[in-house]
Amino acid sequence: MSNTLESSLEADKTHMHMNRSSRGFAMGDMVFKWTALFFALVVLLLLAGIIIMLAKGSVPAFEAFGWGFITLEDWDPVNEIYGAWAALVGTLVAAAIAMLIGLPLSFGIAIFITEMAPQWLKRPVGTAIELLAAVPSIIYGMWGLFFFAPWFAAHIQPGLVATLGPLPLIGGLFQMPLLGGASGVSVLTAGIVLAIMIVPFMASVIRDVFEIVPPVLKESAYGIGATTWEVVWNVVLPYTKTGVVGGVMLGLGRAIGETMAVTFIIGNASQLGSSLLEPGTTIAAKLANEFNEADGLQMDALIAMGLLLFIITFIVLMLSKLLLMRLAATQEGRKT
Amino acid sequence: MNTMAAKQGQNVNFNMASAVSSTLRHGHEMTEKVDGIRHVEDAKLSLRNLNFYYGKFQGLQDINFNIPGQQVTALIGPSGCGKSTLLRTLNRIYDLYPGQRAEGEIIMDGKNLLDGSTDVNMLRAKIGMVFQKPTPFPMSIYDNISFGVKLYERLSKSDMDDRVEWALRKAAIWDEVKDKLKQAGTALSGGQQQRLCIARSIAVKPEVMLFDEPTSALDPLSTLKIEELIHELKAEFTVVIVTHNMQQAARVSDYTAFMYLGKMVEYDHTNIIFTKPGKKDTEDYITGRFG
Repeated sequence: MSNTLESSLEADKTHMHMNRSSRGFAMGDMVFKWTALFFALVVLLLLAGIIIMLAKGSVPAFEAFGWGFITLEDWDPVNEIYGAWAALVGTLVAAAIAMLIGLPLSFGIAIFITEMAPQWLKRPVGTAIELLAAVPSIIYGMWGLFFFAPWFAAHIQPGLVATLGPLPLIGGLFQMPLLGGASGVSVLTAGIVLAIMIVPFMASVIRDVFEIVPPVLKESAYGIGATTWEVVWNVVLPYTKTGVVGGVMLGLGRAIGETMAVTFIIGNASQLGSSLLEPGTTIAAKLANEFNEADGLQMDALIAMGLLLFIITFIVLMLSKLLLMRLAATQEGRKT
Repeated sequence: MNTMAAKQGQNVNFNMASAVSSTLRHGHEMTEKVDGIRHVEDAKLSLRNLNFYYGKFQGLQDINFNIPGQQVTALIGPSGCGKSTLLRTLNRIYDLYPGQRAEGEIIMDGKNLLDGSTDVNMLRAKIGMVFQKPTPFPMSIYDNISFGVKLYERLSKSDMDDRVEWALRKAAIWDEVKDKLKQAGTALSGGQQQRLCIARSIAVKPEVMLFDEPTSALDPLSTLKIEELIHELKAEFTVVIVTHNMQQAARVSDYTAFMYLGKMVEYDHTNIIFTKPGKKDTEDYITGRFG
């Protein structure tokens, strides 16, 4: 034992002797490398820990209900029947509404700030966007519950029901809720408030990536007579697509996982309503509502829903990577 | 007051010049030269009392001269003299930046381009611009060319194919890219990218082409190709080129303007500017005594 130690020390010494000048740097580099590696591994360990905990915790729920856990709509703590379907659909629908409203809004804001706003308006609008992004989500929740939802129910909802309600196909989504919907809490209002919450994020990320487009590239597009819209659509967007997709996914991720504000506004109904004006629930809202009084199978079911949420977010992330790869491939692939 | 008088004097002399034109030994039709500026007839673009401001800073001072059609006009001068600024007023690209403004007149086809009523997008389709660094759009070679055409013309697929080929041939790059039109324009070499950008401007069939130091980022061989190209382009287009390279100005241009500190010092036939300039400053600059 001591022999090998000595000989290795010996070897080290000669090594040191040979590379005396570079030795100091090499040592520092090694320390730096291992420290960085350690930090990187911590991330992986954390992720693995969360996955393992979620997977192990959700085993009883899946054992009890099988895959039916996902497709079962009932959530009945009295009879110990738990299904994730209502919350799952609620999550996706609320996020979809948020993206539907938030995407065009964010693009409009980003394009306005980078391409059209006069100098004196650029900074105030930009700062306002950043401030909105910094507002804690519970404040959006309070604002949504006490102000926006009742206002929406009083002023917008009747109009929506009257105009879109009778339409074929989408009409069913805009039926007046059974209880009258006076409070305005519904999947739709939750989606709208979510949109308002993710717009600052998406708009500021999109604005930042729009701003890295070299001015001379834009000038050359303007230089052959393109309008602002044509420059943005044909030059700025293709040039910045990676960053834009990243920003949009950040927004979508937030919309899917947002908890507090949604819990306030969505109404927390366990049944899946057919109208968007009915209250509903999302996975995150359900977890927040029921965790502190749940035990036994209900707890397992909640953990299983957490796993589902995690998987959805993962799928979103994967889809965005795929989208980026496809975008890159359409440019490369046209090389024949 | 002084400048007013000078302006009036100039106008009188311009009128005289159109009546009394003489022929010099260069064989050119010669017109009167007033205070270093030769009055050129058959102007494609006429600049009258042009002043340009970057906010409070005046970048151009009282520029008066004519840019002849179907000729190459070079703008030379030390850095910061206003030659690029002058070029950028011609297609009003400065409009993109708040705080930059031009006063005076730039007359093309009887209309003042600086008028508020001018449709700047149409104007820029008529006056193309090629920049210092190649700026291919993030799309295929084919789309780089067709993009500008599509903005103003509705062509069938085969007509568009023809137009793309025509523009690429005009820019002397067709043979190098004809087998990879679907490839990204950004994948080409620097010199090829610059010729692609020239083709892109040609494709819209402009009347005037502006070149802002088009070869300063290129190797000598690519530079040579671009210069030959500019020489050929003047058969169809009016060309204005800004260059730091005096040999280049001498090689490619028919007329040369020497600018200094935002003013036009001298404007004349290129061979006169480079053989017997009328102003001391011009001579000092072209012989390398300052700049």
